[in-house]
This record gives sequence, C-alpha cells and structure tokens, in this order.
Amino acid sequence: MFEKTLAELAQGLASGEFSSVELTRSYLDRIKAEDGALNSFITVTETQALAQAEAADQRRAAGDADAFTGLPIAHKDIFCTQGVRTSCGSRMLDNFISPYNATVIDNFNTAGAVSLGKTNMDEFAMGSSNESSFYGPARNPWNNDCVPGGSSGGSAAAVAGRLAPAATGTDTGGSIRQPAALCGITGLKPTYGRVSRYGMIAYASSLDQGGPMARTAEDNAMMLNVMAGFDPKDSTSIDKAVPDYTLTLNNSLKGLKIGLPKEFFSGEIDPQITAQVQNAIREFEALGATVKEISLPNTHLAIPAYYIIAPAEASSNLSRFDGVRYGHRCEDPADLEDMYKRSRGEGFGEEVKRRIMVGTYALSEGFYDAYYKKALQIRRLIQQDYVNALAEVDIIMGPTTPHPAFKLGEKSSDPIAMYMEDIFTISLNLAGMPGMSIPCGFANGLPVGLQLIGNYFAEERLLNAAHQFQQATDWHKQAPAS
Amino acid sequence: MSLDRTDVEKIAHLARLDIAEQDIQEYAENLTDILDLVDQMQAVDTTDIKPMAHPMDAIQRLRTDEVTEGNQRDLLQTVAPAVEAGLFQVPKVIE
Repeated sequence: MFEKTLAELAQGLASGEFSSVELTRSYLDRIKAEDGALNSFITVTETQALAQAEAADQRRAAGDADAFTGLPIAHKDIFCTQGVRTSCGSRMLDNFISPYNATVIDNFNTAGAVSLGKTNMDEFAMGSSNESSFYGPARNPWNNDCVPGGSSGGSAAAVAGRLAPAATGTDTGGSIRQPAALCGITGLKPTYGRVSRYGMIAYASSLDQGGPMARTAEDNAMMLNVMAGFDPKDSTSIDKAVPDYTLTLNNSLKGLKIGLPKEFFSGEIDPQITAQVQNAIREFEALGATVKEISLPNTHLAIPAYYIIAPAEASSNLSRFDGVRYGHRCEDPADLEDMYKRSRGEGFGEEVKRRIMVGTYALSEGFYDAYYKKALQIRRLIQQDYVNALAEVDIIMGPTTPHPAFKLGEKSSDPIAMYMEDIFTISLNLAGMPGMSIPCGFANGLPVGLQLIGNYFAEERLLNAAHQFQQATDWHKQAPAS
Repeated sequence: MSLDRTDVEKIAHLARLDIAEQDIQEYAENLTDILDLVDQMQAVDTTDIKPMAHPMDAIQRLRTDEVTEGNQRDLLQTVAPAVEAGLFQVPKVIE
C-alpha cells in the first residue's frame, strides 16, 4: 500500500478496495513505527485524521466523493490549521494553536482530504537543510546521516520515506524543489500568485509560494488542482482560471523546445549530477524534444539580490512577533522594550535572527538605495533573462542543486556555504515563474533532481513534460531501504 | 563593508532582538560575510532599471469598504500570552 501513488490510492478508494479509515490508519501506524528515525513530523494529528477519514468514507457512501476525497496527506507546519499547533518550526510558535485555517488547508478540507499532521521545516522556512528547526532536523530517508534539504525538508522526508503519499510545501528560494531533489521526489513551485498565501506564515511575501510535493508528476497535478486558484484574502493572488492539470499530462512532447542555460552547467557542481542531468535530457530528446544552449547571464547575481530582498521582507514580516497577541513571551518583563527584545531573542533561532538583522540593516536609514532598491533592480535583470530565454524555448532544464544531500552539520556553521546550495533554484523565485524538480538518477547512492522551468502559468506544460519523462523512466519509483 | 560590535548592537536594537553578549562577535562576522556576498550587486550598472516589486507588476487590488467579517475577539485571544477583560495585557507603558 505504501508504494501506491495518490492516483493509485484514489482508484483503490473509488473501487472500494480499502476505505479512507483503513488507509489513514495504516499511514498513522507507519508514522508511529518509522518517524522516530526521520523526525519528519512536528505534530501528528491522529484523532482529527481519523475523524476526517470517517467523514470522507461517509461522503463516498453518499455518492458525493471528489477526486481527492479520503486521500491522506501531510502539511508543512507553515500552513495555519485551525485547532492544531502551527509552529513554523520555531520556539516562537511552539504554543500557537491556530484559530483559523490557511486557504490551502480549507481547499483540502473542502475536497475531503485527510491531514495526517504537520511536517518539520527550517525555522520560518529559513534554511536549506532543516537544521534550523526548533524540533531538530528531519533526516534524509536515503541516508539518515544526511539532511533532507529545506526548508520543506519534513514534507520531502515524509513522502520519500513513504510516511505520507504527498505533502504540501512552500518555496521562497528553492524550499520545495531542493528538498524534493535531495529526497528523490517530485515537487512543484507554482507561478507566484497561483496558490493563495493566506494563512501561510510569511517569510518573504514577494517570493513565497505554496506548492505540492509527491512521488509523481501526476500526483502533483492532482494536488495543484486542489491548491491553485484566486483568493480574495491574498492581495497578491492572481485572478486567472485554473485548468484541470491532469488533463494535459499525456500530451506528446514532440517538438518541445528545451533550453539548457550554460550557467547551470559550470562552476561548483558535482560532475555526477551533471552526468545524470545530461542523461535525462537525452531521454527528453528520445521523447521528441529538441535541445539548445541558452544563457541566463545574471544568474550569479541571484543569491546576492535574494539575500537582501528576502531578509528585508522577513525583518518586516517577523516584526509581528512581539509577545503581545500570540507567540512566545519572556518571563517577568521589566518594561515593554525588555518584553519585545527578550521574547524575540528567546523565541527566534540563530538563522532567523541573522536574517532579521541583515534585513533591518538593509532597510535602515541611508542604506535603502544601496541595498534594497539595488536588489529590486537586479531582480528585474534576472526576470528579463528568463523572459528572453522563454521567448526562444518552451522549458528550461538543468540540475536542481549543485550537490546531492550533504551530511548533517557539514554546512550548518557556514551560512554562506549553505546559501550557495540554492544557486540553481533561487533566481526563479525572483522571476516569479514556475519550476519543478523530478528524480533523474543517483550520485553516490543519493538522489539527483532535474529542474524544469517554464513561463508564467506554464504549470500544465511542466507537469506534462515531467509526466512523460516518468512514463519512460523509473527513477521516481526508486524507494529508500526501510 | 565590515560590521563591528557597535553596529551589531545598534541593528539588534532596531530589530528589538536581545542578543547574548558572547554571540555578538559571531553575528558581526556572519553579517559582514553576507554583506560581502551581496556587494557583488554594486558592480552592476542599474541606471534606468525600474525596481521590480512583484513578478507580474500587479497593483494593489481594492475592494468595496464594507464589513465582511464578524467580531472574533474571543477566538483570536485564545492564543494571547496575557488577556484581561478582552484586552491584551502588556507591562506598564505610562507612569
């Protein structure tokens, strides 16, 4: 049962092979047995999950089931879930029982999905290894000494470890694609504005985007069907009709134009990753695609621009955590300022404090033009690179990450080394376009991710290409030894 | 750009963050490294490039000014650290 995809589980539910209660109970049992080693969940919501499963079975009996009804999934602990602790991986919110639902959670509830619980993550989504979580790092199911990536590392580890068939994630600089690559699963960062950010705890509002993580492109399509859509409660949500993403999965790739950015195949990159990615590209050629070299000349400026824009927005967003209305409050504050400073000093971990300080500095008097404005100008140059490239080709492909999963502790004392792991993912958030990571091989026994990048709202095309690749290959079916 | 202890103390105050005395030096070094990294941007001529705040250059959506949500004070205060008579409690601000 744990090797079945969401699509296969949906068939099993529809045919009556098993009930949602049976399915949910098997996953809850498996989480209990296996998650001690992986630490992929922060909170398992057993009681609520079984109640949702029972309701789903009743709904099916009444002839009212949707495609997603009764399917168990997990949610990154960044999505506010009513009545459930929503910690964002932080001590600051360790005691926060959300009084409301994120729109993404509401959408899954409406579809009749079952939530198994909330997955581990880097604190406030700031990190590429899951090591900044207040709850300790999740571990990579392929090698428990390695990181699962981040920030959606718990979601990736849970899906790769077969503790959940699918999970939600969020991606601000690569936080869906990078852990998907490191854990050998399929993940999609949609176009900015495609999935509502309401109730998704904000890190960098102009970059944050929620998306699906599962084993196959088809399962990603099923998830995105539920997640995507206009939301009046999110002021940056885009009012554009949502297609049924499962309907175009079987389109032919004949004539598909693939661009390979030369900047993604040079510099600090593991040669085994390059080799696996090149094999995957040959597979796409065999499926009828044509390939040409392109250039994204401002790629090297993406990390510098990101590490101004994201911390600047974070310093503003995280000012809401002041110990007054919710979240951690220090003991016996002497006065208001002492309460702010100690509550925040105690509630936030090191990486979060670092980014708040970088952002505070960049936005402080006299530095705005040199840092924030400059970064927003560079951001437009990076966007123009993508716009120009995607006028010539349909999909851009390259590695998702420069290296496979690294060891726990290997980069945690060197923030810059950690930041460089996002070199191939971060520019896309600045541009706002959609991107995917799909498994395409192994390097030293650890999964390698192929990144697919498309134009604004080209999610159908990305999912179609990924699905066709997965019909022709079986990298996505490889499972870690359990 | 190099930051020293005084800079870190000033930034931490602006951000209302209590930083342990023994950590200040490390923050100064980390922040200096990060600012060195972002300084690559300064080599690029961006004259006449319009800053980009939103990928679709979307403008703020407006709605009609009408009440759409009821009062949820009691629900929202269930997560507050200290509440009395429907008010959030904080240390004394005015003598």
